[in-house]
Amino acid sequence: MLDKIKDFASEFFVTGDPLVLGAQVSIGLSIVAIIFALTFFKKWKWLWTEWLTSVDHKKIGIMYIIASILMLFRGGVDALLMRVQLAAPQLDFLHAEHYNQIFTTHGVIMILFMAMPLMFGLFNIVVPLQIGARDVAFPFLNSLSFWMFFFGAMLFNVSFVIGGSPDAGWLAYPPLSELSGSPGLGQDFYIWGIQISGIGSLATGINFIVTILKMRAPGMKLMQMPMFVWSVLSSCITIIFAFPILTVTLFLLFLDRYLGAHFFTLDGGGNPMMYINLIWMWGHPEVYIVVLPAFGIFSEVVSAFSKKKLFGYKSMVFALMSISFFSFFTWAHHFFTMGSGADVNAFFAITTMLIAIPTGVKVFNWLFTMYRGRITFSTPMMWAVAFIPCFVVGGMTGVMLSVAPADFQFHNSYFLIAHFHQVLIGGVVFGYFAGLYYWWPKMFGFRLHEGIGKWAFWFWNIGFYVCFMPQYALGLMGMTRRVNAYDFDMGWQPLNVVSTVGAFLMGLAFIFQVWQIAHSIKFYKKEKDGDAWDGRTLEWSIPSPAPLYNFARLPRVTSQDDWWERKQRRAKGEPEEPLAPLEPIHMPKNSGIPFIMSVCWFTAGFGFVWDWKWMIVLGLAGVIACMLARSFSYDTDYYIPVDEIERTEAALRGTK
Amino acid sequence: MRPYIRIMTPVVLLLMALTLSGCGEQFIVLDPKGPIGEAQKDLIYITTLLCAVIIVPVLILSAIIIWRYRDRPGSKASYKPEWEHSTKLEVIWWGIPIVIILILGGITIKYTYDLEPSKPIASEKEPITIQVTSLDWKWLFKYPEEGIATVNYIKIPEDVPVKFQLTSDTAMNSFWIPQLGGQIYTMSGMAMTLFLQADEPGTYYGSGANFNGKDFAKMTFEVDATSESDYKAWIEEVKGTSPALTLAGYEELTEPGSSDTMMFSSFPEGLFDQVVRQYVNGDGGAHQHHGGAASEPAGHEDEAAAEDGGEESHSDHNAGNHAGH
Amino acid sequence: MAHATTKSAAGAHGGGHGAGHAGGHHEEHHDQESLKTFGFWLFLITDVILFGTLFATFVVLRLNTDGGPTGAELIELNGIIASTFILLTSSFTSGVAVLEMNKGNKRGLILWLAITALLGAAFIYLEVTEFIHLVHEGATIGTSAYWSAFFTLVGTHGLHVSVGLVWMVALMLQLSRRGITPVTTRKVNIISLYWHFLDVVWIFVFTIVYLMGVM
Repeated sequence: MLDKIKDFASEFFVTGDPLVLGAQVSIGLSIVAIIFALTFFKKWKWLWTEWLTSVDHKKIGIMYIIASILMLFRGGVDALLMRVQLAAPQLDFLHAEHYNQIFTTHGVIMILFMAMPLMFGLFNIVVPLQIGARDVAFPFLNSLSFWMFFFGAMLFNVSFVIGGSPDAGWLAYPPLSELSGSPGLGQDFYIWGIQISGIGSLATGINFIVTILKMRAPGMKLMQMPMFVWSVLSSCITIIFAFPILTVTLFLLFLDRYLGAHFFTLDGGGNPMMYINLIWMWGHPEVYIVVLPAFGIFSEVVSAFSKKKLFGYKSMVFALMSISFFSFFTWAHHFFTMGSGADVNAFFAITTMLIAIPTGVKVFNWLFTMYRGRITFSTPMMWAVAFIPCFVVGGMTGVMLSVAPADFQFHNSYFLIAHFHQVLIGGVVFGYFAGLYYWWPKMFGFRLHEGIGKWAFWFWNIGFYVCFMPQYALGLMGMTRRVNAYDFDMGWQPLNVVSTVGAFLMGLAFIFQVWQIAHSIKFYKKEKDGDAWDGRTLEWSIPSPAPLYNFARLPRVTSQDDWWERKQRRAKGEPEEPLAPLEPIHMPKNSGIPFIMSVCWFTAGFGFVWDWKWMIVLGLAGVIACMLARSFSYDTDYYIPVDEIERTEAALRGTK
Repeated sequence: MRPYIRIMTPVVLLLMALTLSGCGEQFIVLDPKGPIGEAQKDLIYITTLLCAVIIVPVLILSAIIIWRYRDRPGSKASYKPEWEHSTKLEVIWWGIPIVIILILGGITIKYTYDLEPSKPIASEKEPITIQVTSLDWKWLFKYPEEGIATVNYIKIPEDVPVKFQLTSDTAMNSFWIPQLGGQIYTMSGMAMTLFLQADEPGTYYGSGANFNGKDFAKMTFEVDATSESDYKAWIEEVKGTSPALTLAGYEELTEPGSSDTMMFSSFPEGLFDQVVRQYVNGDGGAHQHHGGAASEPAGHEDEAAAEDGGEESHSDHNAGNHAGH
Repeated sequence: MAHATTKSAAGAHGGGHGAGHAGGHHEEHHDQESLKTFGFWLFLITDVILFGTLFATFVVLRLNTDGGPTGAELIELNGIIASTFILLTSSFTSGVAVLEMNKGNKRGLILWLAITALLGAAFIYLEVTEFIHLVHEGATIGTSAYWSAFFTLVGTHGLHVSVGLVWMVALMLQLSRRGITPVTTRKVNIISLYWHFLDVVWIFVFTIVYLMGVM
């Protein structure tokens, strides 16, 4: 009996690696500590009613952001481990299998479990406030999306300590990712972790399209929406067209591994190259999904901190939409070297270059928003300004990569690595940081310490260039991606050392950011005014943090930058519209179903990974039960009475 | 001020990087030794210049704007908070990228057709053929005309075009000799063609560029380009001194593991086509699964026919597939 | 869900601000049910992409039988034609159900929904029978790429129909308890939409997988 348990445990847990052991111990201890703290402070009920069952878009947004910062930490540690391994030739710090696992999880986590939730977090917090709505269109679905993401991410991360990590690259090309190439469980964790969270992303896409198209405040025309809202719309449209492809692709890979199907196998007539096409038909739009909202954030920040209207609004909208359209016609540039022939390569090279046009136009429009403005350099603006040169250079190397015959020399090399990190860090991460710093006071009602934030900013920026500029050079020296070791005579070491130093500077920057948040909480100073930056859009017209119902009275919008215009009129002493009487506000009730249903999905996914039939049945039965429970419940909303709104408003604005 | 520092940082670092590493030789992509690599290097320089034409002014412009319009007491710069549209300006900056992309697109199309990897290199000399098979985690090279085979080592005569036929007997990889020219995937069930040529003698670095599992990093190989007479002598030497590669020996090579350099005086005839054919889809005919192939006595009846035309049609079929979806 | 509508003001709201604003959007009615219907249309777009990807997969792999049985050898069209008629008829009956609902006839609505569900169940029964037949003939999902694509595409459609069945039964229960309300009306409309959609998908399955593959 004891032996049986031992056998099981040695198969169940990942063993034999000090790093993993350390992680297991620290994860175990943290769980114990959290459970103890929650019990000791009697916080279980609070956690359940205020957070786990919440359908409030602001709380869901905050949970997304917390999760993504944790994931940034994990993905960042992965990155540092890789950089240490590459700092010297033939180093034996990480052996090959371990290194392969780490670059795989680094990629998956950074794109799917860091960038995506950070983006969804900002969608959630900002979009309803900017369009003057009281929540998203489907708050229940929104909560479900979050928990699906969360448990998908957990399922993926658990593979680090249980069962084994995936190691076939972040896009898991078959046949390497098939049973023949990856017999371990890591690849199954990969499939189910991404699949479950992917369904959540798809639902978020639908949710925000409906929210934006149908729930804008009275009077707000499409062409008066803040640019961030436009960028969310274009990103969500891209989501609903791209994510089903991912769902199908992963499902087919699952069928190959689980039922012995032959979609992408070497034998049985399978076609591995079909997977590569399919995954990039999702994968390329995916990078635009994450970068488009960053463009929206820059538009907001640049305009607010230049004290000037956004330049070329129509152009910007057109550019966003055309980028999301063209993003579907460029996927094959990820494998020019597949030898598909000159016609195919020429076609995809041109479509890829076309995207550079609207992207370039956006840069000009940001520049000319600052032109004849009054620029102040608070932290959000610093990130936005740092973005421009970084993204311009990254975009340029992107165009270079799109030249198919030249790509034969860049492909799979560190040149490519440098390029996509430059656009993903310089574009996406800088953008989301700008957004996070910009909307932080709105989320929490206090500001982040500017001084420490500037330190973090400089460490991030300098670290970035020190880390990635040498990688362009390494690519031209013939260094290929994903190598865990290289020979002494290649001459790659000096630049690799520089790059590693840069990575650690970014690691330091992250510590500065954590310190910044901790410091700002410790010296908490409540925002007196909801309008932290003298903003232009509706979210700044209400107190920080926003009350449950956001707007006591729905604003009537008459122009773009409506709040700015209102302030202008106020300054000129023009009479304001009389306030309409308060009315009871219709709100959704909290629900535990999304959380429970996601736990059931997690259970089913875990069962599929281990092929434990009872667990699969249990999980799926739970999912169906949750769906039916939701379908049969009609008591899903309530009204906030007028006197309660009055009390809340008085308390919030009383200090003013 | 800050924006300047920010913009200068990458430039300075890139310069630092270049000087640090002794500038030149180690940048093997930019130091090609053959016509294909040469053309690709030219293309890289042309595209870099074209891109620089647009981004350098943009970077300078951003620095100026950020500097001039920063908020400071007594700023004399104009401030027009409502100025948000100018058709003239917008036409300019839609126009410039469009023009640049048109030029770049034209160049790209021309080079894409010129440098199509399966296009033979113009030369008075007959090309030699080398059949490349990527395995877990080693390269098998076969010289069908000479009847020899090597592992993780290639010798070629200078100034003679080499026709590489590429396939894989495992997960996909990518065959890359930076100083001779760009890479092409090796994929099971397909025989891709890549023409390269070395213009001068030397030893060139080659690698498998596409991740294919545990010992992927060990899939490097050397390419020796020598005079034709040295090349002939080497062939004779291999024929005379090395063991033969048998089917059983090939089976052993397909076992996962890295390998040192090896030479073989002969190899089973038609092995390359057999490896390709075992994965070919949709023929509905005799078809072997992996592992079964080697135990089969020397291949199929239609093997001879598959020599050249057959492979071309596979890769065409493959191209059609890609275009199709 | 959470939105402008207040107890008394749903109508007044629309009349109040709607007129002054150009463009085809909707300060007028932040009507919950119409939001959900719109959301469902978007979901259908994602489902179109999902099936589109599966169709593309099938087309790419249609010849990859790996020397094993082909579809033409094993598939019997008669049963397929029968199930096609059954599904088309069920689409019609679901339409009748909606008409009954619009007339306010709760019993008629439930009756026609039940007929629709029965036809759907018959369709699933025939499909399962067909699959069993194929497996007996030696064609499983692991036989070759062709059969993997076949079972996945046809099976995914069948799974959609099955989900629709469970949903329809749940809806009938809700209707019998709550009658025809704005909420149940929206639910009936949505499931009818879903059912028509599955019908259209089936026509493509029938054409591409069966007619073109077998003839």
